[in-house]
Amino acid sequence: MEIDPFIFRLSIFILSIFIGYYVVWSVTPSLHTPLMSVTNAISSVIIVGAIIAALAGGAQNIFQTANIFGFLAIILAAINIFGGFLVTQRMLSMYKKKKKDKK
Amino acid sequence: MISSNILALFYLISGILFILALRGLSSPETSRQGNLFGIIGMAIAIGITIISVGNFSTGFLYLLILLLIGGSIGAFIAFKIPMTAMPELVAGFHSLVGLAAVFVAISAFLNPEVFNLGSPGNIKISSLIEMSLGAAIGAITFTGSIIAFLKLRGIMSGSPITFKGQHYLNLVQGISLILLIFYLCKSQSESFFWIIIAISLLLGVLLIIPIGGADMPVVISMLNSYSGWAAAGIGFTLENTALIITGALVGSSGAILSYIMCRGMNRSFFNVILGGWGASEQFSSQKSKEQKPVKNGNADDAAFLMKNASSVIIVPGYGMAVAQAQHALREMVDSLKKNGVKVSYAIHPVAGRMPGHMNVLLAEANVPYDEVYELEEINNDFANCDVAYVIGANDVTNPVAKSDPQSPIYGMPVLDVEKSKSILFVKRSLSPGYAGIDNDLFYRDNTLMLFADAKKMTENIIKSL
Repeated sequence: MEIDPFIFRLSIFILSIFIGYYVVWSVTPSLHTPLMSVTNAISSVIIVGAIIAALAGGAQNIFQTANIFGFLAIILAAINIFGGFLVTQRMLSMYKKKKKDKK
Repeated sequence: MISSNILALFYLISGILFILALRGLSSPETSRQGNLFGIIGMAIAIGITIISVGNFSTGFLYLLILLLIGGSIGAFIAFKIPMTAMPELVAGFHSLVGLAAVFVAISAFLNPEVFNLGSPGNIKISSLIEMSLGAAIGAITFTGSIIAFLKLRGIMSGSPITFKGQHYLNLVQGISLILLIFYLCKSQSESFFWIIIAISLLLGVLLIIPIGGADMPVVISMLNSYSGWAAAGIGFTLENTALIITGALVGSSGAILSYIMCRGMNRSFFNVILGGWGASEQFSSQKSKEQKPVKNGNADDAAFLMKNASSVIIVPGYGMAVAQAQHALREMVDSLKKNGVKVSYAIHPVAGRMPGHMNVLLAEANVPYDEVYELEEINNDFANCDVAYVIGANDVTNPVAKSDPQSPIYGMPVLDVEKSKSILFVKRSLSPGYAGIDNDLFYRDNTLMLFADAKKMTENIIKSL
């Protein structure tokens, strides 16, 4: 008997939760704020769903309700992706070690 | 056009790059590389999706324009936002993820053929459950994050808003959501879908309004987690590996952060979510009636004490963020170091309004991260320290958490500030902290209260040094 593809996805999902669990516990507490902003950015990968929805059908379809919601989601996700990664980059560039040569 | 197998493999690569992005955050040295992995993963996911759709008509042009608009708005915010506003920025970003999830779910519901989910009015039951869960969690994240944003920004009062029967109302809404999803699957009726979204939007508001300002670290982490679960729900609907992996990562990340924050306050997750400090009012009113004498100091006294100390530990709190005192603080530490004083920073897990809030502010002020210590790392050092400089923190230093089982904060891990030889408290007034309880440290013989704005006081101390 064939296995339902849903079970495969569920397996990926549960294994990813475990990976997330161990990876996040190893994040140093001083980087918890960048952790939140970067998780924010990567969860905007939901944009792939928005792109598929927005580009569905031909050129005449793009003003249908379903497509318009897709386009709206693209803007929101794009704000998040650029904003999230760039603000993370900005924060991380501030974390510096003690300068040894300072006298 | 590419085959869906190849597409799935590319999404897997994105997912792995996202895991590496989080992995990089285990130390500041590897973190920047990690962020780069995240960006590459995102670029791959977007690029391969566009190629797979293969529709380079007018729609594609709109797509590019919208990406550009959204991207510029995002970049503008990222470069302009002051570091002190980071908590509300993160809350605002969470709301966008939530809303995007809702929109994608609506789109999938209205046009299921595109995602191979069946036809309108005849969508697969499993897909209906997944997309309504995704939409519901997304909607809760959206309005919940907006309330969190308003509270953090100070547009809405940070004090808890509670009313009678609140928890029952939430419970009823939760149950009706489950029933509605059930009937949606049965009837395929569009109106049920809209009602689910409407109730979830309301539920998001009601869940967050009873939670007070200083509990915001938990709320933000929790909403972070929700945004992940919403993405995962949509990932199941769209059968997209990258979304499922990412959703799981973000969901568990937020859950762990919530747990760490709750542990930092020694409160259960439900206690925080249900709002308020329970019976704390009674406790504070009977204890704080007696007037006790405090020793009031000025900047010169503080400068004298710290200059002649051999080691100083700085305990920053939310008050430092409000006063934007981190730069002045760094200057003060620099001049202390010139006098040969050893200075370190002690950060309580729930100091500030979000996880790691204080660390970011200190990093912004060019404080090297290896001078900044977590509670467990530094707590034993207070006994050997000459001066503890508490700037804008209160409850996290209160020794009552260790001594009085009746106190509402009993059992909460606190910084052992009272063990240092002398304590300097920079505070605007004697008012109790968020937990509403008096801090016994204010009245100790070795405590000097410095009543002033954190930034002004620190600047004055620099002048006297």
